[in-house]
Amino acid sequence: MLAAIGQFLLILSLVTAVVLMLVPMTGYFKNNDSMMRTGRPLSYLLFILTFATFVILVSLFVMQDFSVTYVWQHSSLELPLRYRITATWGAHEGSVLMWVTVQALWIAAVARYSRSLSLSQVSRVLSVLGIIATGFLAFVLFASNPFEITNPAPLDGRDLNPLLQDFGMIMHPPLLYFGYVGLSVAFALAVAALIGGQIDEKWIRWSRRWTNIAWAFLTIGIILGSWWAYYELGWGGWWFWDPVENASFLPWLAATALIHVQAVSERKNAFRGWTVLLAIIAFSLCVLGTFLVRSGSITSVHSFAADPFRGVFILVLLGLYAGGALTLYALRVNQLRSRDAINLESKETLLLANSLIFITATFTILLGTLFPMIFDAMGKKISVGEPYFGLMFFLLMIPMAVLLPLGTQLRWHKDKMTSAIRALVPHFFIAAALTVAAYLFFAGLNLRATAGVFGGFWIASTSIGQIIKFPGKPNAGFVGMSVAHLGVAVFLFGMSLTEHKDTEKDVLLKPGQTTSVGGYEFTFNGVEQVAVENYQAQQGSIQVSKEGKDLVELHPQKRVYPKQPQPMTEADIYPGFTKDIYVSLGEKINEQGAWAVRIYIKPFIRWMWFGGLMMMAGAVIALFSKRSKRQEQQQVDQVMQQRLGL
Amino acid sequence: MTPTRKKRLLLVLMVALGVSIAVAIFLTAFKENIMFFKSPTEVVAQDYPTNRSFRLGGMVKAGSMHRVPDTLKVQFVVTDYADDVKVEFEGILPDLFREGQGVVTIGQMTDNGLFIAEEVLAKHDENYMPPEAADALEKGQLKMSDNYNNKDSE
Repeated sequence: MLAAIGQFLLILSLVTAVVLMLVPMTGYFKNNDSMMRTGRPLSYLLFILTFATFVILVSLFVMQDFSVTYVWQHSSLELPLRYRITATWGAHEGSVLMWVTVQALWIAAVARYSRSLSLSQVSRVLSVLGIIATGFLAFVLFASNPFEITNPAPLDGRDLNPLLQDFGMIMHPPLLYFGYVGLSVAFALAVAALIGGQIDEKWIRWSRRWTNIAWAFLTIGIILGSWWAYYELGWGGWWFWDPVENASFLPWLAATALIHVQAVSERKNAFRGWTVLLAIIAFSLCVLGTFLVRSGSITSVHSFAADPFRGVFILVLLGLYAGGALTLYALRVNQLRSRDAINLESKETLLLANSLIFITATFTILLGTLFPMIFDAMGKKISVGEPYFGLMFFLLMIPMAVLLPLGTQLRWHKDKMTSAIRALVPHFFIAAALTVAAYLFFAGLNLRATAGVFGGFWIASTSIGQIIKFPGKPNAGFVGMSVAHLGVAVFLFGMSLTEHKDTEKDVLLKPGQTTSVGGYEFTFNGVEQVAVENYQAQQGSIQVSKEGKDLVELHPQKRVYPKQPQPMTEADIYPGFTKDIYVSLGEKINEQGAWAVRIYIKPFIRWMWFGGLMMMAGAVIALFSKRSKRQEQQQVDQVMQQRLGL
Repeated sequence: MTPTRKKRLLLVLMVALGVSIAVAIFLTAFKENIMFFKSPTEVVAQDYPTNRSFRLGGMVKAGSMHRVPDTLKVQFVVTDYADDVKVEFEGILPDLFREGQGVVTIGQMTDNGLFIAEEVLAKHDENYMPPEAADALEKGQLKMSDNYNNKDSE
């Protein structure tokens, strides 16, 4: 019954999305105000309908309605309530429904917070968002309907994948979707601007805020995913360059390029076409990511049971959105041609360089991700592994780290490159000295780690220097930028040390046996059987001590869930400011109780995620910069332009 | 040339230089770091890259796994039902590793026909078969039916 209502609401949502796609846009072309005015109410209605649909799916899980196929496949009688709720988005159908619900929320938010735009602009933006919503609602309804019924209903469900019964998994997908879908707003703005054939400062300023929010969500979504993989998959890695991870990273890279270019195009009439193109690329990569994850066409640890029809459906959507937007771009880009000239020795040039670096990084990773598919089509099976991505990304991040301080140092419009470099020289020596100190302290670092640590110190030192020297009262934009850039420094430092100074050891331990790893002693005290909530576990007990002093007792588990034949490894971690001690159980080796145990020491790994959080915080702080101040700034900019004779 | 033109030319040259360096690096990195996938049949037919890692996939043959006592060293056989390859691995096997299930391993072939795996790949979902392993099995089956047909005609 409830499932039937859900199904009905889903159809209503699709109808509403179709109307939203058609009516305001038609109104725009016919210059009909009353048709354009339907955009806002339709957006609110769309959100109410999709949200109600989503709530119904959640209730079906909470009430354990096993007549619904999706529910019995991903839940069971023993599943605790909190995981019954999160199971809603634990698998394909529900997660796509969530995607659509989150998108409807963004559409409603755009409708609500777009008072500064003209009616014709709003109607175009909402209609373009309606196109996207229509495509994905059709995808839910025709290719991944969560309300399908099984008759007769099974008595018990198949249970949720144990890996997903976890806090990180509860939070990771929604946040990532907020980011993914948030970029659809930047996309819609770009397309709407192309349709109208013009774009102004106000429009870009407005879209910049939305891009910032989307970028912040994307950042925290990726961090949570990385953190989850680290403690839940039991192999202690934080990034695998897996196609599915790349799927979330690609839009992030493109969006990073976008927010930096927007900083220029918001202030002056320059890089307009590039801004629009980047917005199109960023969202297209989100759809491509969805395709990679959902089609199963790439070998990945994340791959879910594949369904070619779904893959083709998303590929068609991708073709329509990206293809349509790019065609429109090719037709209209001349009308967006920028008026203002750019001086080579200015902040603008460096921000352009930033976007080029990030977009190059995007495409190298995209190629690495897609090449196996291309080769596959030619009948050869290959895979592109971590070494390729690691090396390419390292090389591309060198110019990023070197140029970042120069970009923040140079002034807008016109500056002297030599004087900017002169101002940075002391920081170069500070960073070099600190790197030497770090090198000695950590008893040697390899080339990549040294470069990474230097990059971290270099960015940190210059950022702090600029904060100290900042004239007058710092505004939110400057604070946000500095916090985000310091986050980059913290991330680089943490990542370099984690990647290159970690200790990993797989050992065989008999009860009572002690092994020493990285200056710590690990004593294995055997394994006992424990019963927790909805699973049984073999729980190991490992005493960690340093120089005879007991530090902590870790309890890694090997869990067995009733409906799953395979056990699941649950690591135990002793987190610390400067290092994590990570222990997980392999398997029982013999009848005397000896076990394979994996011991990792991960220095500064938390710094990496903390750096990511700082980047996110920076994007959020930047939202609070005052609009009136920005307008003032723009006037000053224009006067400056004229005086400098640019 | 006017100064603006000069600057523009400089910028274009810089971008072109940057792009060509990036492409050169990309191609080298790519050439050195792609990994080929081979099925047991191909490995037995000596069709594999020597002195570098490749991926070997198929089924873990039932009853073939055994451990070197009191070590983390295991040996098992990867099969596509047409040919077998013996694999040795030292370390912790992933949770979803089972006899009679699909597996993908990464490593190198030694001269005596033993495949030394550095990594054994896990998967998330028990219903899911690595596409590479599925492909290897399909090829293996084709070969078997070919053999069968050939015998028939003899």
